[in-house]
Amino acid sequence: MADYTAPAYRVIPIIPALKPGAMEGKGPFVSSDKINEALGFPGHLVDDWHDKAIAKMGELLGKYRSLRVFLDACVHCGACSDKCHYFIGTQDPKNMPVARQDLLRSVYRRYFTLPGKLFPKLVGARDLTREVLDEWHNYYHQCSECRRCSVFCPYGIDTAEITMAAREILDSIGYSQKYAIEIIGKVHRIGNNLGLPGPALIDTLEGLEEDVKDATGIDVRFPIDVKGAEVLLITPSADFFAEPHIDSLIGYAKVFHATGTSWTLSSMSSEAGNFGMFIGNYDQLRKIALRIREAALELGVKRIVVGECGHAWRVAYSFWNTLSGVGDGSDPTDRFAQMLQKQLDHRYKQPTHICEFTWDMIEDERLTFDKSLNDKHIITFHDSCNVARGSRMGDFAGGQFEIPRNIIKAVANNFVEMDPRTTREQTFCCGGGGGLLTDDLMDIRVKGALPRMEVLQQVVDEHGVNFMATICAICKAQFTKVMPIYGFDRRMVGGVHQLVSNAIVLGKNN
Amino acid sequence: MNTLLAILFYLATLLFVVGLAHRIRTYAITPAPLKIPTTPAPTTQVGVVFRMTREVVFFESLFKANLWTWGMGWLFHASLALVILRHLRYFTDPVWSWVAFIQPFGLYAGITMLLGLCGLWARRILVERIRYISTPSDHLMLLLLITIAASGLLMQFVSHTDVVAVKGFFQGLMQFSIQPLPADAILALHLLSVAVLLVIFPFSKLLHAPGVFFSPTRNQTDNPREKRHLSAWAAKMESEN
Repeated sequence: MADYTAPAYRVIPIIPALKPGAMEGKGPFVSSDKINEALGFPGHLVDDWHDKAIAKMGELLGKYRSLRVFLDACVHCGACSDKCHYFIGTQDPKNMPVARQDLLRSVYRRYFTLPGKLFPKLVGARDLTREVLDEWHNYYHQCSECRRCSVFCPYGIDTAEITMAAREILDSIGYSQKYAIEIIGKVHRIGNNLGLPGPALIDTLEGLEEDVKDATGIDVRFPIDVKGAEVLLITPSADFFAEPHIDSLIGYAKVFHATGTSWTLSSMSSEAGNFGMFIGNYDQLRKIALRIREAALELGVKRIVVGECGHAWRVAYSFWNTLSGVGDGSDPTDRFAQMLQKQLDHRYKQPTHICEFTWDMIEDERLTFDKSLNDKHIITFHDSCNVARGSRMGDFAGGQFEIPRNIIKAVANNFVEMDPRTTREQTFCCGGGGGLLTDDLMDIRVKGALPRMEVLQQVVDEHGVNFMATICAICKAQFTKVMPIYGFDRRMVGGVHQLVSNAIVLGKNN
Repeated sequence: MNTLLAILFYLATLLFVVGLAHRIRTYAITPAPLKIPTTPAPTTQVGVVFRMTREVVFFESLFKANLWTWGMGWLFHASLALVILRHLRYFTDPVWSWVAFIQPFGLYAGITMLLGLCGLWARRILVERIRYISTPSDHLMLLLLITIAASGLLMQFVSHTDVVAVKGFFQGLMQFSIQPLPADAILALHLLSVAVLLVIFPFSKLLHAPGVFFSPTRNQTDNPREKRHLSAWAAKMESEN
């Protein structure tokens, strides 16, 4: 890995000064003809990109109320201007949410509003030039679509929606990001983002069964493609072999085992992640989500449970019902959704987050823990952005904050919170979300992690925290890579179900 | 001058009403295909009404973001609301009793409105981040509002104008008859600025006023698992399968 140094921690209170041009550059790698065309995008930048981009923008304005309203409503009040972790970490003014939006808004004003057509300079409108396009490619890949800015905007403007639109425009003219497009290609070709083929997956799961048997003496199964199982587990593919992800997968399996739940994975649909959201493409979002529907129908499962993954849970919770009918409450005449919803067991929420599943079992006293097994850990919890601001767990608003914390407190003795201005709905993104988890964006990833690292350092200093739990595959991957640069041990980060796995007592209830 | 201002007001009002209606219609008919409330979000429709009320009346999100901007922004908007209500006396005869009641409050509101605007402008000039994002129109918009507020206050406290005649003029406009208006430069400036504001409203960032009601991150109910949400263009994709 190239040398990256951590930016210095700042003195609080913070008034971030601007460093214009700090993150100028080429942006992420551009995807190749082959992978672009496989998804139906132009292979490379088309000749008439200008007209095509404007036409695409017009199309999106007609399809998304969010885009239409958000481009009009901003008054440049600056409420969001110091809220983005990438701005805080880089001080590049174009990473202020409002300025990032304005990269697109300026073009919108020029081509779609009267004042922009008549007096472009006056209202900050500008022509779409090649320079603007390059700027889009660069700065719209310095946004992780974490929605922190949208919490503070008096009109609820969500920069994520603008970033998605910009990326969709770029994709439509053949100027897309290699990493995201490659991953989407893999999920269609192979079934998961990591490109782990079915036989390798089955092999891995068998290995896991042996490992758990060796460690606990108990036959915990990791079933795959079992027809008629009650639960279909959809989890990020990183859970199958990445560290520390795999420890949480073991945790889920132990929970299923201890509660006597029949469950299965699917080789066809071995991925919870959905990068269709990152590129803002409804069609891809839907196609990727439909794989889960297909697996559920084929295996005849009654419940769909989703593993620890941030954006995947946002897609599952907020979008699956819309995209694929995984959910409840479809119209009786809605044949598409009814087909699946008749099969699912609606005594349970569909889909269910693994944390909801485990917490329900804990409340029902169907799990036993030896909390002292986690005593070596002093634990804090990093709320993952997409779970925090794009989804929910349980029956009440904010359950997505309480339930993971409740689980941690049920399985461990030492838990402390980080600065409340950086947790729950105000949590910082890890710095690697939204399709930025790639080596060619390492610089922005390191700088984007700064705000989280600063507050982590506080609880390390004050409380001796040595474990940061999180429920997102991207958070886990990003932190294990970035934390050593900030002088932390990479093993400090792990899943909530890793803690569950440590403390769960097997072989008592059944 | 009378006739000119009368025509201007008719045109400005027309543009304001038609332009705004058109814009609102666009917002209303543009689908929101996905559930994207910024969570934690209300799980019921009633909850959404409460959330929106807190947002519109108290600027809840801005309060979380920055106390200075919130304070100045809220002061300006609340004052403006009072000032506008106070001005109803020019359009009603007899003046409604509650409009008569708020007259003194509306007067002070003129001053606090000006203070709020000056504070917002100072922030726009003095805070580096906000200076960076400001366009010329952002400054001009504040200048326009300050002109309106200051000219109004001038007529109240320094150089009185014949408000009875002004009322006559507007009552006349409402009945399509052009009545005389006092020949007063400050009044002309005041009315001209208001007309300009009406004209630019439907084409500018002032659309934040209707926009906030259509913001999906604020007006959607958090119930995607309980109820299937499907837009027309997305539903079409299903029938194509």
